[in-house]
Amino acid sequence: MTALVFAAVAQAQTAGLNAEQDVRYHQLINELRCLVCQNQTIAESNAPLAVDLKEQVKKQLTEGKTNVEITTYLTDRYGDFVLYRPPFKANTLLLWAGPFVLLLGALIWALWFMRSSRKPPVQPRPVDEAAVQKLLNETRAALAAQDEPKP
Amino acid sequence: MRFAIPIMLMLGVLALLGFGLTHDPREVPSPLIGKPAPAFTLPGLGGTPPQLGNADLKGRPVLVNFFASWCAGCRVEHPLLMQLAKQGVEIIGIDYKDTDADGAQWLARHGNPYRVVAADAQGAAGLDWGVYGVPETYVLSSEGTILYKHIGPVTEAAWREKIAPLMGGKS
Repeated sequence: MTALVFAAVAQAQTAGLNAEQDVRYHQLINELRCLVCQNQTIAESNAPLAVDLKEQVKKQLTEGKTNVEITTYLTDRYGDFVLYRPPFKANTLLLWAGPFVLLLGALIWALWFMRSSRKPPVQPRPVDEAAVQKLLNETRAALAAQDEPKP
Repeated sequence: MRFAIPIMLMLGVLALLGFGLTHDPREVPSPLIGKPAPAFTLPGLGGTPPQLGNADLKGRPVLVNFFASWCAGCRVEHPLLMQLAKQGVEIIGIDYKDTDADGAQWLARHGNPYRVVAADAQGAAGLDWGVYGVPETYVLSSEGTILYKHIGPVTEAAWREKIAPLMGGKS
């Protein structure tokens, strides 16, 4: 990545563009997708189509077109797919909002999980005093009977 | 009931996978569908006809096929295009980023299914039409509106299911 940045800097100014146009040129070509090699920007790609698109961007910059005009020119022909940063629209709603919806869902689930694990501990069963006393008496009587010397 | 949540999650993942696996990311939907074909003026291949433009596409449904002599996929669809031409389907060829000599030689060797062939040596018309890889085929209505774009070689199935109904409806 750093190498790429250095390479871009080392290229110095692109022929036929002034300093300001050159900055915009690099900005634009790094945000436009090469449609042949879909995981590359047109800046990274040397596919003939990417070369053409770079030429087109350069040409339009020298004609004094704005960035918006240039990206509109390309989306009119190739659709939003040519943009590496898709616009927020109805059909990209899931793309943009999806992660936040998932996060919200996970938070709700985590809260619910924490609450349910904080239930009060189980109460011991109430002791039946009479039954305990009865059992004690019986045991004592039995022990006493055992201790009595045998005839 | 304990399994309701995992099962729901699994179904969600399956639905997303099903969508992803049945859609080819190489087929970029064209924003030109339903719009008039982009304006173009090109010389004919080898200079005949001297000029070809949008007016030549109107009046009846036509196929506009971008091809090139250097394109492997074009060889694949070529026999089908020849057969369609024989059936009377009108196909306009645009030789994309090619030299006239190579284009003409290719057509001489494999046969010419096109009524006319325009030469787009620089790919300028291709850019306006949103071509990003030949072969690409556009279905145009008699008014010159783009009804459908087929990316990659035209197959029998694509012709039968997608293209033929669009061309038959208005011819």
